[in-house]
Amino acid sequence: MDVLPILSTLRRHKITALLVVLEIALTCAIVCNAVFLISQRLERMQMTSGIAEHELVQIQAFGIGKPDDARAHTQEDLAALRQIPGVKSVALVNEVPFTNSSWNSSIKLDPKQKLPTLNATQYFGEDLLSTFGAKLVAGRNFNPDEYLEFRQVQRDETLQKKVTGVIITRALGEKLWPGQSALGKPIYLGDDSVRVIGVVEGLIRPSLFNGDDTAQWSMVFPLRMDTGNASRYVLRTAPKDRERVLAAAAATLRKANPHRIIQDKKTLDDIRGEFFQDDRAMAGLLAGVCIALLVVTALGIVGLGSFWVAQRRRTIGVRRALGATRRNILHYFQTENFLLATIGIALGMVLAYGINLFLMLHYELPRLPAYYFPVGAVVLWLIGQAAVLGPAMRAAAVPPVVATRSV
Amino acid sequence: MFGYYLDLALRSLRRNKALTALMVLAIALGIGACMTTLTVLHVLSGDPIPGRSTQLYYPQLDPRDMDGYRPEDDPPAQVTWIDGMNLLHARRADRQALMTGGAVPIQPAQSAIEPFFEDARYTTADFFPMFDVPMLYGHAWNQADDEGSARVAVISRKLNDKLFQGKDSTGQTLLMNDVAFRIVGVLDSWRVTPHFYDLNNGSYSEDEGVYLPLTTAKDLKLARNGSTDCWGKGSDPDHMDTAPCVWLQLWVQLDTPAKVAAYKTFLVHYSQEQKTLGRFQRPPNVRLDDVMGWLDFNKVVPGDVRLQAWLALGFLLVCLVNTVGLMLAKFLRRSAELGVRRALGASRREVFMQLLVESGVIGLTGGVGGLLLALLGLWLVRKQPSDYAALAHLDLSMLAATFLLAVGATLLAGLLPAWRACQVTPALQLKSN
Repeated sequence: MDVLPILSTLRRHKITALLVVLEIALTCAIVCNAVFLISQRLERMQMTSGIAEHELVQIQAFGIGKPDDARAHTQEDLAALRQIPGVKSVALVNEVPFTNSSWNSSIKLDPKQKLPTLNATQYFGEDLLSTFGAKLVAGRNFNPDEYLEFRQVQRDETLQKKVTGVIITRALGEKLWPGQSALGKPIYLGDDSVRVIGVVEGLIRPSLFNGDDTAQWSMVFPLRMDTGNASRYVLRTAPKDRERVLAAAAATLRKANPHRIIQDKKTLDDIRGEFFQDDRAMAGLLAGVCIALLVVTALGIVGLGSFWVAQRRRTIGVRRALGATRRNILHYFQTENFLLATIGIALGMVLAYGINLFLMLHYELPRLPAYYFPVGAVVLWLIGQAAVLGPAMRAAAVPPVVATRSV
Repeated sequence: MFGYYLDLALRSLRRNKALTALMVLAIALGIGACMTTLTVLHVLSGDPIPGRSTQLYYPQLDPRDMDGYRPEDDPPAQVTWIDGMNLLHARRADRQALMTGGAVPIQPAQSAIEPFFEDARYTTADFFPMFDVPMLYGHAWNQADDEGSARVAVISRKLNDKLFQGKDSTGQTLLMNDVAFRIVGVLDSWRVTPHFYDLNNGSYSEDEGVYLPLTTAKDLKLARNGSTDCWGKGSDPDHMDTAPCVWLQLWVQLDTPAKVAAYKTFLVHYSQEQKTLGRFQRPPNVRLDDVMGWLDFNKVVPGDVRLQAWLALGFLLVCLVNTVGLMLAKFLRRSAELGVRRALGASRREVFMQLLVESGVIGLTGGVGGLLLALLGLWLVRKQPSDYAALAHLDLSMLAATFLLAVGATLLAGLLPAWRACQVTPALQLKSN
């Protein structure tokens, strides 16, 4: 196909051609970035937690009035909850992944250090690891006799030195001591140090207030909670038993002590779903805008194509009379669209890169992967060709006899 | 002449229904998306307490030890009990209130309602006059109640509706966490957006249902909701009044710029004095933001909402380019007709006006469509789970803005095609026929 006659025709429709190019460029730039944002959101929603999410349920219980003998009440609650058929493990914990409440501490590797090394979350609760289902990959779990009462430790500084060890995630160990085994190494919280006795594969921290890069910076301490300082009971069961276990747990807790408020009975899957609901909504909205943009652009091409065909009816007729085949006419309009789309896409890629730079600056987004450019180009070419097909076929159907009529 | 142009425009638009529909739809989609996101942005970045926001200030001090000290760091976002009480009792501002968030178990007298948790605000008495809180029944408590840790409560209208069916409940007793409180006041409907005075529990959270004197809440060890930041040794929950922890918000009212400057000096002097006493270790590091400054400092407007507004503006731009292209093609195709009009005596200006009326009609129709789409969009936003979702409503100023945006944008879009089309040379057009 000879491109020169097409170019010379386009030169006579400079502004209109420019507008088509501009529209394709803007669409290309916005859609590339929007799709990238969607992929980022979807990836975030897939974040691994390191725990047996599908087997966990949470229920919160708050005593009313002055707590008396919280320790004994806690043991009663735990014993009763363990009796529920299908419950594999129960723990009263200070925090639960994918909620917005978290306990955190700055840690140092050397007490003389001026600034803390980093900030990590602190998980407390007897049987926490086995209940959550976090997988131990090095060292050991806590022995039952290692647990101290959080209530006492909190009020007595001398007890803080008696904590026998801490279990951390692999990611935290790798961050603190790159390339080395974390086992046996000391971590300083304030002036007191505690040694790493075990490493788990993963255990996500709640709330992620320090950014997603720090999601796996978690520590577990051998501290026992009671109803006076913790409210979250976590139960592990088979996925199919979760709803039943939740209902039974609520009834059990109420029976053990009616003078309290029981709320937030949820499976961990639901808790996770709520945690990422804004990401899901944003991804949906972006997808909607992408589709709307592509449809508007495609319809715009159809509209303009139809105009041009109607405007050039006589020229087409003359060409047909002079021997051009239907295929020639069809190809003419397809090539014309291809040319405009190519210029638009090239401009759009530059624009997409610019928008990406802006987003990287203001929204801490990574760089647009290179493969977005060829994929985006192909998609827009295809949409352009599909949109122009109708008007081009109509052009090809113009009979040569039109040439002999005036207007 | 306008009526005639309008008639011509409608005729022309009717001649090519699909194309007109496409142009109107593109404008409507663009305007609808823009108005939805801009309305959300407008609501979320608004002034929570108009008229008062320039007189309300949030003092910050740095009471931490030297561990982790960096001169460029900002002071903590809250104050300790000791500093809060010292500044409160200094009474250097026109009004001052020390507060924190909490949650209390409510035990309704009616057995039909199970005990439930209600968000609470533990505060000193100036909270109510300082924030212009409207009262439906009764009144707030006073300074004497604060000092005496009185068992008094103010409740929200919503809670009053739930517990007392909206009747005047002042003087009644309400059991909370096994303690009997006397209700002294009921608020009228009141919601500040953003929840500027305490951003710890969500920037757009609803206002609390129960208000109690801060000292009472502390005496009774009522549960707190919010953030606690500690340093050094000891965060004993039984002694939060002496613990090296910040967990309270202090707000002061300063009516004149002179008073603001004086208060800031006072904060620096106070910090120096505390350092001499050995309580503070860092050099004085104070901040005194007004309401909007405090919201800015905390970047309360979600990044996603800004991103959505940018996205919608980009979308509108594509829709406008699309419409300009289509209008241009359409007007140029009518060169012959325009040539005849010009030859019959219409001036270039008149032809231009005629085409502009046509694009205005498209803009107006698109604007109406955009408004409907914006209402639909806001309805969809309200269905979202975010805590600000319920706030997404179109107000009068945004309604007017929608229309101006729609018509303005399309007229602007119509300028180029109309100008281009009225450049036709009548003779040439007539000859080619």
